Amino acid sequence: MTTVSFSDTILQFADVALGYGDFTVLSGISIEARKGQVVALMGGSGSGKTTLLRAATAQIVAQRGRVSVFGQDIAQVSGESLRQLRQRMGVLFQQGALFTDLNVFENVAFPLREHTSISESQIQERVLEKLDSVGLKAAAHLRISEISGGMARRVALARAIVLEPELILYDEPFAGLDPISLGITARLIRDLTDKLGCASVLITHDVIESFAIADQVYMVGQGKMIASGTPAELAGSSDPYVRQFLDGQHDGPIAFHYPVTPAFTQWLEQRKGRRS
Amino acid sequence: MTTPYKAIANLGGRVRKGITGLGAFMRLFGSILARSGSAVSRARLVSQQVHFIGNHSLLIIAVSGLFVGFVLGLQGYYTLSRYGSEEALGLLVALSLTRELGPVVTALLFAGRAGTSLTAEIGLMKAGEQLAAMEVMAVDPIRRVLVPRFWGGVIAMPILAAVFSMVGVIGGWVVGVLLIGIDPGAFWSQMQEGVDVVNDILNGFIKSVVFGIAVTLVALHAGWTARATPEGVSRATTRTVVHSSLLVLGLDFVMTALMFS
Repeated sequence: MTTVSFSDTILQFADVALGYGDFTVLSGISIEARKGQVVALMGGSGSGKTTLLRAATAQIVAQRGRVSVFGQDIAQVSGESLRQLRQRMGVLFQQGALFTDLNVFENVAFPLREHTSISESQIQERVLEKLDSVGLKAAAHLRISEISGGMARRVALARAIVLEPELILYDEPFAGLDPISLGITARLIRDLTDKLGCASVLITHDVIESFAIADQVYMVGQGKMIASGTPAELAGSSDPYVRQFLDGQHDGPIAFHYPVTPAFTQWLEQRKGRRS
Repeated sequence: MTTPYKAIANLGGRVRKGITGLGAFMRLFGSILARSGSAVSRARLVSQQVHFIGNHSLLIIAVSGLFVGFVLGLQGYYTLSRYGSEEALGLLVALSLTRELGPVVTALLFAGRAGTSLTAEIGLMKAGEQLAAMEVMAVDPIRRVLVPRFWGGVIAMPILAAVFSMVGVIGGWVVGVLLIGIDPGAFWSQMQEGVDVVNDILNGFIKSVVFGIAVTLVALHAGWTARATPEGVSRATTRTVVHSSLLVLGLDFVMTALMFS
């Protein structure tokens, strides 16, 4: 890990509540990602991690609080300003979200073709360089249907970084990768952050890999922020939530079973009534 | 709520849903038109779509045109021979194709072949987060995905209708001249004499352009608004065929009434 200046805040959530319609998924969320930092947002499945990413990219608006990217309140920007803001971000989607009508090369070239007017030879140079960094230079000619899920994730990573953005958001970058690709991807995220001086935000539940590369970790669950700190601070924490998550314990404050709701009880009774 | 009130409320709900849907459809049409400048500046994307949409529909259109021509030749001869006007077969085949069957049957086949593939493609792009990814990459998916496909469909449709009519005339000639033995000179000269460029060919062309707009737009709208699930995409694909076929037949009636009355 390199020493970086923690002065430039790139992404900030200030006491934010997020949700869909009247339903609130997360509240009281405060997060900060600075230049040169790798920040991990952790939490179990369904804890609202992807909702955080959607808020950072202005796909949803915060119900409360303020989400700022590059110092601008994202709720206040729209149209051309939002377009310019998004050009400074790279996003790695959970399923890759590669364009199935384009091949590997054209997928990575897509942001360059859309946002720059550089020559074809420059495009080729940059795309092959990025594909090389994810180990897929020789797969440039393949169609998306011809590559594996893990390879698709790496192509998506190359596409997310091809414009060398100032903020890169990774949604579950380690899910579905084999152990070799997993280690290389984690190292790559760290190296890219150091090389580009960008802020990297990982949305993940992979403890080992993210703790190895993160500067700061935020843990969400049960609709709120559970803990935050450096990986070392969290690893030494005695908080029962943190311990249960890090140690993968079955028993603890985070319930494994989905809570019984009145709607479920009513549904079950109706089913029983139909059968009797 | 008592039953009559409930029925009225249901009816009101359905009407409101229909109007809202129509509004959303027209808004999407407006958004595509407003962004259509990119179709000129990035003509390569449109030409790719013309190739993709047109090429994939060409075979079915040509084969259907040939068989429709065969049938027109047989049926036309049967009817005309009762009045001793077999020589007018060429004219009958050409007028039927350029005025009606060319644009209408092509549009119906186009809806089934190209329309469904457009809907499924857009729906699956939505399900695979590709449209969301574009948006987050600061690329407008309407401009990048819908506009080239819309103009691709609108351009491909009249070309396909022309191919259909042309092959249909050949089909009519094969049956009328080669099989039945009508005088080839009469077959072609009656056609030349009776088919008017403005009244018949231009009106047929206008119809095929309108059908191209209607079918492509219905297909794109169905994919754009599809639920991002396998079932949602499948429903949207069915919707494309049903809605665009009905729209084509309805528009055909209106346009025929306006053009040939």
